[in-house]
Amino acid sequence: MDMQNAWNVARKDFKIYTKKTSVIYATVAMPFIVGIAFPLILNYSLHKSAKGLTAAAAPGFMDSFSLWFLIGAAVIPTAIASYSLVGEKIQKSLEPMLATPMSDEDILLGKTLAALLIPVAALYTGSIFFMTLMDYFTHSALGYDYYPNWHIGAILLAAPFAALLSVEVNVIISSRMTDVRSAQQSGTLLMLPFIGLFLASELGFFVLNDTNLLILAGALAAISIGMFFVAKATFRREEILTRWK
Amino acid sequence: MIDTENLTKKFGSVTAVDSVTLHVDEGEVFGFLGPNGAGKTTTVRMLACLVAKSSGSATVGDYEIASSADQPKIRKMIGLLTENVGLYEELSAYDNLDVYGRFYKLGEQKRKERIEYLLKMLGLWDKKDTAAGTFSKGMKQKLAIARALINDPEVLFLDEPTANLDPEASKTVRDFILELKKEKKTIFMNTHLLDEAERICDRVGILRTRLITIGSPEELRNSLSGRKVKVQLQQVNDAIVSSVKAMGYQVGEVTANSIVVNLKDPEKENPAILRSLQTAGGNVVFVTEVGSSLEDVYLKLVRGE
Repeated sequence: MDMQNAWNVARKDFKIYTKKTSVIYATVAMPFIVGIAFPLILNYSLHKSAKGLTAAAAPGFMDSFSLWFLIGAAVIPTAIASYSLVGEKIQKSLEPMLATPMSDEDILLGKTLAALLIPVAALYTGSIFFMTLMDYFTHSALGYDYYPNWHIGAILLAAPFAALLSVEVNVIISSRMTDVRSAQQSGTLLMLPFIGLFLASELGFFVLNDTNLLILAGALAAISIGMFFVAKATFRREEILTRWK
Repeated sequence: MIDTENLTKKFGSVTAVDSVTLHVDEGEVFGFLGPNGAGKTTTVRMLACLVAKSSGSATVGDYEIASSADQPKIRKMIGLLTENVGLYEELSAYDNLDVYGRFYKLGEQKRKERIEYLLKMLGLWDKKDTAAGTFSKGMKQKLAIARALINDPEVLFLDEPTANLDPEASKTVRDFILELKKEKKTIFMNTHLLDEAERICDRVGILRTRLITIGSPEELRNSLSGRKVKVQLQQVNDAIVSSVKAMGYQVGEVTANSIVVNLKDPEKENPAILRSLQTAGGNVVFVTEVGSSLEDVYLKLVRGE
């Protein structure tokens, strides 16, 4: 694999996204909503509401809210990955690119990087807002800064693997889809296991503590690496030109 | 520069290209003619290492298309204009070429020079900062040709380069291909347009899954239908027509004052025919050779007449 080739592909995609502001908005909206709106809700509940939250309950809520960074990681890359692959398929711009000396792996890695880096950067930026605002709003009630801690650290460790898995699933889905919206809709189904995980932990079926989150991060890493080979098998020149719908 | 031997491509039980054997010389413009589904695009895709052959062999330059070590070398030395232009519509004309210059790892200075040269050659320099999506079909096609040439390829594959273009845009593209021909680029061109093939190509091959025939447009015209002579007379009557038929020649179109005769060797046979016509009472006004068009040849071969 040639990193320069991969980067050239990613660079090209970044350039296109700067002209497609809707794609960027779809990517950055959720991390900023989670990063800013959730601390504001907590602040209201803690300080402004008559039947508000007690200080003792605040860490539990913060842990729950922070799980949305993991859910977001599974769903946000869908917007870019679908556009990156199905969009090129619609524009018929894959064939000329496949005729260049770059290998299939270079192109796939480039497209993966392009679909991965912006969402992960947005998630990490959103998490900085989240931690800063949460600490600002809860410090007086708790008497200490809750963030940073291992809980969100484990979530932010797992997030890139969840995002990578999302991109890989989109590569596979995109080979069978002919329009961007359908690909995006199908891609968002990956959110369901993470929502299930969130609900299961909220309902007390199991505890998403730091250890379990680290195990989850490890499992996501293993699955996303395995899925890369499946995506690689789908992303072959001949396959793309003759079998992709 | 391009050699194939029994090159075959099957998709499941369907044979898209069947045992194609051909040779294209360096600097030659080779036209590939054939109806839709004849296997022209699949052949180009095999030669450009985009799809794998099922059997047979082929080389581009000195490289074997089936060798995974040679494939990047082939892709490096070729340019491909695909049937669908496939431009990045959001990007400017300049950026579309810049992206491909990077894909071919051209240095910054070389990229700038090539982009400027190609956009100026194709009359797009004034539009270099305009998004490709706003271009007309002709401009998009020209930009796609520029993209195929960004790496200054030794071999250029053009798949239907003037399809769906208006006459003016077609002429611009054709003229540009003729310019490339002067630069001694090897050009392998798929086309439906027989007139275009006749004007541009040194040799043509007619494909209908199998390669039916190959040769220069002139050779094909002559090989298929022999040569024809049109004799104009003051008046044509049955006696005149019969006199030619009596000599054993096949008579083609007959009008009130002309008769077309199929001949193998007009230079030798014309005097005897003219004597016969005069003996039959004909007053010869004019004698001209008429050739079959490449279209006649194509239709005859493709329809299997």
